[in-house]
Amino acid sequence: MAMDAATIERLIRDSLPDAQVSIEDLRGDGDHYAAHVVSSAFKGKSRVQQHQMVYQALQGRMGGELHALALQTSVPEG
Amino acid sequence: MANNVVFERIKNEVTGTPVVLYMKGTPVFPQCGFSAAVVQILSELGVKFKGVDVLTDPEIRQGIKEFSSWPTIPQLYVKGEFVGGCDIIREMFETGELQQLFEQKGVPVRA
Repeated sequence: MAMDAATIERLIRDSLPDAQVSIEDLRGDGDHYAAHVVSSAFKGKSRVQQHQMVYQALQGRMGGELHALALQTSVPEG
Repeated sequence: MANNVVFERIKNEVTGTPVVLYMKGTPVFPQCGFSAAVVQILSELGVKFKGVDVLTDPEIRQGIKEFSSWPTIPQLYVKGEFVGGCDIIREMFETGELQQLFEQKGVPVRA
């Protein structure tokens, strides 16, 4: 089971509209990704909460359809 | 859906043991690269922890995901508090925050 990067990005943007999302397909197999998500919605949230927001955006696909997504989250600078 | 009995087991585990790592495999033989990475970080810091192998316990494997609202394994608990999965632990280790957290919580780390 694999998922393409555009779908991941769209799902994240659907629930975090201002998010800048960069996704890297680590092995080129559509199964192991690294994503960096920058959104002002993360402001004042702990890392755990920020990642939970992204997982929520992925609507249960993480850990199932989406096998591995290394995640890094941050708030926009300035 | 996990039932209350499973949540109760998890709660007792994470509050009764200072550092608990829910993982795939055991600390000596991790069965997944992400679990192995966290074991290595904890070993490097010289932190004593208990590994709970979710592969041998399907109820805990499902239950811990719901308990933490976190979809993946490994999951690290320190003094009853969920600290994060592999990415967060790695990031906190690199910035030195993880060591700080253990010190704040009174968990001995190797100097």
